[in-house]
Amino acid sequence: MTGAPLLQVRGVSRHFDLRNGLERLYKPAARSLVRAVDNVSFDVWRAETFGIIGESGCGKSTLGRTVLRLQDPDAGSIVFDGTDITRLGRRALLPFRRRMQIVFQDPYASLNPRRTVEDIVGQPLRVHGVGRAAGRQAAVTAMLERVGLPAESLQRYPHQFSGGQRQRIAIARALVLQPELVVCDEAISALDVSVQAQVLQLLRQLQRDLGLTYLFISHNLAVVGHFCDRVAVMYLGQTVEVGATRLLLAEPRHPYTRALLSAVPQMRRADRRPRTLLTGDLPSATRPPAGCKFHTRCPAAMDVCRTTPPALATLGDGRQIACHLHPG
Amino acid sequence: MSAGRDGPILSVRGLRTEFPTTRGRVVAVDGIDLDVMPAECLGVVGESGSGKSVTFLSMLGMVRLPGRVSGEVRFDGRDLLGMGARELRELRGRELAITFQDAQMALNPSLSIGSQILETLAAHGPAGSRRLFGRDPGQVGRAIEMLTRVGIPAAAERLRDYPHQFSGGMRQRAMIAIALVCNPRLLIADEPTSALDVTVQAQVLDLIAKMRRELGMSVVLIAHDLGVVAEHCDRIAVMYAGQIVELGPAEAVIEAPRHPYTQGLIASAPWLSDLTRELRPMPGSVPNLIDMPEGCHFAPRCPFRSDACLRPVAMRTAADGRQVRCIRPEAVA
Ligand SMILES: Nc1ncnc2c1ncn2[C@@H]1O[C@H](COP(=O)(O)OP(=O)(O)OP(=O)(O)O)[C@@H](O)[C@H]1O
Ligand SMILES: Nc1ncnc2c1ncn2[C@@H]1O[C@H](COP(=O)(O)OP(=O)(O)OP(=O)(O)O)[C@@H](O)[C@H]1O
Ligand SMILES: [Mg+2]
Ligand SMILES: [Mg+2]
Repeated sequence: MTGAPLLQVRGVSRHFDLRNGLERLYKPAARSLVRAVDNVSFDVWRAETFGIIGESGCGKSTLGRTVLRLQDPDAGSIVFDGTDITRLGRRALLPFRRRMQIVFQDPYASLNPRRTVEDIVGQPLRVHGVGRAAGRQAAVTAMLERVGLPAESLQRYPHQFSGGQRQRIAIARALVLQPELVVCDEAISALDVSVQAQVLQLLRQLQRDLGLTYLFISHNLAVVGHFCDRVAVMYLGQTVEVGATRLLLAEPRHPYTRALLSAVPQMRRADRRPRTLLTGDLPSATRPPAGCKFHTRCPAAMDVCRTTPPALATLGDGRQIACHLHPG
Repeated sequence: MSAGRDGPILSVRGLRTEFPTTRGRVVAVDGIDLDVMPAECLGVVGESGSGKSVTFLSMLGMVRLPGRVSGEVRFDGRDLLGMGARELRELRGRELAITFQDAQMALNPSLSIGSQILETLAAHGPAGSRRLFGRDPGQVGRAIEMLTRVGIPAAAERLRDYPHQFSGGMRQRAMIAIALVCNPRLLIADEPTSALDVTVQAQVLDLIAKMRRELGMSVVLIAHDLGVVAEHCDRIAVMYAGQIVELGPAEAVIEAPRHPYTQGLIASAPWLSDLTRELRPMPGSVPNLIDMPEGCHFAPRCPFRSDACLRPVAMRTAADGRQVRCIRPEAVA
């Protein structure tokens, strides 16, 4: 890890106003605002795999989309390879769009069923006006070969492929512009276990060959544990613990990370530990608790947790943690 | 007639389910034999499309035409496949409950959650109070207790909520509450937690385990997550392309799998407890079930396949009682 990070996320927030146009005239904003991403900061280094985990609705996808400027942040800044892209207009953003791509969860929904594989994978090249037709076709063929699909696939349609093959098509489309940063949003979650491992192996191979940097969003802790170098744990729009994957998963410090890990079913009897069960559900997104947002479910909550939000502190082992038990 | 104390509560022999389709015949369930013992938890695992759901829907008369079900299914000695729809409905809900993969399928969108629980209690519950109108306060209390036990906060206030006012995870838990409210003897839970976060998954599975301990309920737990069945089940049946390929004690199947498919599945699954373990992907993917060849269904993906695998492969029982559908001598050694 030398030089500057490829991606610097600083205090980024993204809110959703749930009121419709009319309601905006008479309803106060405070109770209808979802702080989907709330003051999040982290760095991602070149050729690194950075994981984001947390329960459904904690803001993982919103964070991924905001980082790529597919959605605009309400606060904070996003610096990509030294350039602040937070407020770049469409035009100025275009060259950066080429360098950042996304792969979504659903290999069934994210591919247009009426287009051939050649059209689908070649589309980003056309949109960005890269090369001529012949060159584009060569690039598409080469990309398909790279993701392990036969050249005969070019003229076929998505429904003629299995789930794992469709996800390979989606990966080929994301990589055809030779991006540097790829956001994988639950990219293997819909696949069968045997196929998940195939796609993970492919992603790792591509990373080695092309020097890719991944932002890997997943709710599957074991997958993240195997695949990511560093990981951020999110709760209600905030990162509560960030650090090296092996460290965080072996010695979690934040009570939420601990609870999350202890809930994962273990294959071997010898690995099973007594559970720290979380009580209750995620609080309503529009009315998060005051103080530390986790205090309503935290088995170790103290008085200060109910009133004062903890700051993100760095511990001696390099991890960052937002918890009054670990003031740094 | 009861099958007696020590007999299985559910006994299945030669269950077969076919669907004629325009592209050919789909044999979704291809000769299933299994027993579930009283108070036992049997896990059923296998990848998408292996026939887990159809197997159990077939037993309960829930496969629609043109699907065809044959074989023998006995619940506590009673023949389920020969039973009339009315009798089967009576049995379901009282002695035998099923929760579906998709909670939308089980919940009535136009009835409040509370009414749905009370309806089940009124139809099948104890005390013989079959009053549909005018709620029995004891039963309202029971409904609240059940919702609380599946982890719905402030259950009393949420009885009047409709399914759409619940989150996906809460709907799943409400369905489980409805299934458990009459203390069934057998619960068939089809992927009860696949759509839930691990934290909620742990709550729901712990509840099912508790009911099993307290009431001696038997459970069939269908899942695609090996960890889930490893933790919660006594025995595991591994399904592939409509057949059970391996059946044995949970710990033995997970820690020393004998069928090449089970071995491949475990080698490709990431373990949180061992992050340095190299994942070994299995080549290929699950076949589509149209006009499957006669021989071993797994042969095209199997590293050990030989010409002998082209002939039908029967389930074999090893000396220790483990069952494996594989011709290799070491599979049953
Ligand atoms: N377009 C939108 N309009 C309103 N609210 C939204 C919108 N997108 C997301 N949200 C809300 O923002 C919060 C975070 O959602 P997000 O999809 O980022 O979560 P997630 O962590 O990706 O969840 P999952 O694991 O289910 O994919 C949720 O409360 C969600 O309801
Ligand atoms: N009505 C039907 N007509 C034709 N084929 C069907 C029908 N219902 C199910 N099938 C087929 O039967 C096979 C088994 O399906 P089933 O739903 O039992 O799989 P499963 O193991 O439960 O998978 P999942 O893990 O995705 O739930 C699949 O190939 C499916 O396409
Ligand atoms: Mg998401
Ligand atoms: Mg199913």
